[in-house]
Amino acid sequence: MQAVSAGDTAWMLTSTALVIMMTIPGLALFYAGMVRRKNVLSTMVQSFGICCIASLIWMICGYSLAFSTGTSWIGGTTRFFLNGLADHFHNGLDSAFVLGEGSAEPVTMTIPESVFLTFQMSFSIIAPAIITGAFAERIKFSALCLFTVLWGILVYAPVAHWVWSPDGWIAGLGAVDFAGGTVVHINAGIAGLVCAIMIGKRTGFKRKDLSPHNLAYAIIGAALLWVGWFGFNAGSAFGANGRAGLAMLTTQIAAASGGVSWMLLEWWYNKKPTALGIISGAVSGLVGITPAAGFVLPSGALWIGLISGAVCFGSVSIAKRKLGYDDSLDAFGIHGVGGIVGAVLTGVLAYGPLSATKANPEGTIGGLKQLISQVETVGVVIIWCVVMTAVIVFCIDRTIGMRVTRDEELEGLDMTQHGERLN
Amino acid sequence: MKLITAIIKPFKLDDVREALTQLGIQGLTISEVRGFGRQKGQTEIYRGAEYYVSLVAKVKIEVAISDSLVPEVLEAITNAARTGRIGDGKIMVTPLEHIIRIRTGESGEGAL
Repeated sequence: MQAVSAGDTAWMLTSTALVIMMTIPGLALFYAGMVRRKNVLSTMVQSFGICCIASLIWMICGYSLAFSTGTSWIGGTTRFFLNGLADHFHNGLDSAFVLGEGSAEPVTMTIPESVFLTFQMSFSIIAPAIITGAFAERIKFSALCLFTVLWGILVYAPVAHWVWSPDGWIAGLGAVDFAGGTVVHINAGIAGLVCAIMIGKRTGFKRKDLSPHNLAYAIIGAALLWVGWFGFNAGSAFGANGRAGLAMLTTQIAAASGGVSWMLLEWWYNKKPTALGIISGAVSGLVGITPAAGFVLPSGALWIGLISGAVCFGSVSIAKRKLGYDDSLDAFGIHGVGGIVGAVLTGVLAYGPLSATKANPEGTIGGLKQLISQVETVGVVIIWCVVMTAVIVFCIDRTIGMRVTRDEELEGLDMTQHGERLN
Repeated sequence: MKLITAIIKPFKLDDVREALTQLGIQGLTISEVRGFGRQKGQTEIYRGAEYYVSLVAKVKIEVAISDSLVPEVLEAITNAARTGRIGDGKIMVTPLEHIIRIRTGESGEGAL
């Protein structure tokens, strides 16, 4: 029985808590600050409700489908309801987890499976929570609950398996995703765009004042996201080691450079550096560095942050306005676009020695070959996500309906969906 | 007696109050209000999206004065509230028929 490392386990327990903090209260506050007063509670409870629902889906079937050994397309059903977890314990001690046990390339970890699966659970929670930004202020809560279940099973779990499981087919292409640029951010961002287009614009979009009610909430939320992201990225080293340290450093640099990049562009373009702009830029940098965090050096992180901030600014401030879709809180504009930028730049800026192993002495090196692998991965995830999300939204819309009525939307989701309001 | 009603930019309130105090005005009433004039609201930009705010936040000052003070009060408010930019506001003068000080029962100019 392989022993677990106390240090690695301690860091991964901490990281898991940090990633949960990203969703509740981080993302909940980030989004709630950007909606109107009548939709604050509903927006926050969407993140909270998703935290509950996605956790159970992960326990029931998501974890098994994503991380148990199955085919290259999907994991098996043997770990439904976390079946077999108790078998690891001997005399009160847990053994180290072997990812992809029984596959051609198993990975022996230094943490127990309980910690690995809870860490991954926290990722499966934040992904659908990110999507809620795209259809904020008009989604039916019952539809959101159903969407969370179906999207977690049909979109998140398969993509997580393809990219992160040793027997996943995308992992076999040589594509890398350190902490979820494709699995979480591109997946959620693209799903958000599909939802925003299919569900339609908010009533009064571009005609009425839909401005944020309290950006102080959004700033607090963004700050919690930033701090939580150290768990997201440095935790994805799966150990308390040098690579985790580097991931933490690259995360900080990219967040900072993303914030500065957006701020300067906005200052030039709109004549004022706004609070919402600076925090959006920092989140863009954080999204951009996510797939690259353990593969690039600090200089690479600087470029990723600067470019992510600039491209996301262009997407949100210019492209969205011209194209006319209502991705209310920019789930696609920041997470989708930033994720694509980061995933592609990982293929350009990856520094081999950071990821070199005995089995792969060269490591992942930025270059044309890696860039092609990254672009292929992005393309595949986009296609799968678009098709499956569209099917899910279509089916829900045809059965219980995705969207509240016009009157309910005007009254606000707090009262109409939950019977509560801010006093 | 006249009731002077001034709609001004909120951040100009302290300047106007100070100017009126220097004239010996004993009291005034302040309300936070929203409305529009020629400005027809204002535009705010969030993440590049323009939001049109049709009702702009203003402060309404109401002050009751004797007829003799009207020119000075109008000048004081005008000078203190002016920024020269659109949305500086309006001053309205209406005749005041009667005033009663509740505590003492005084009425008319004596209650000012």
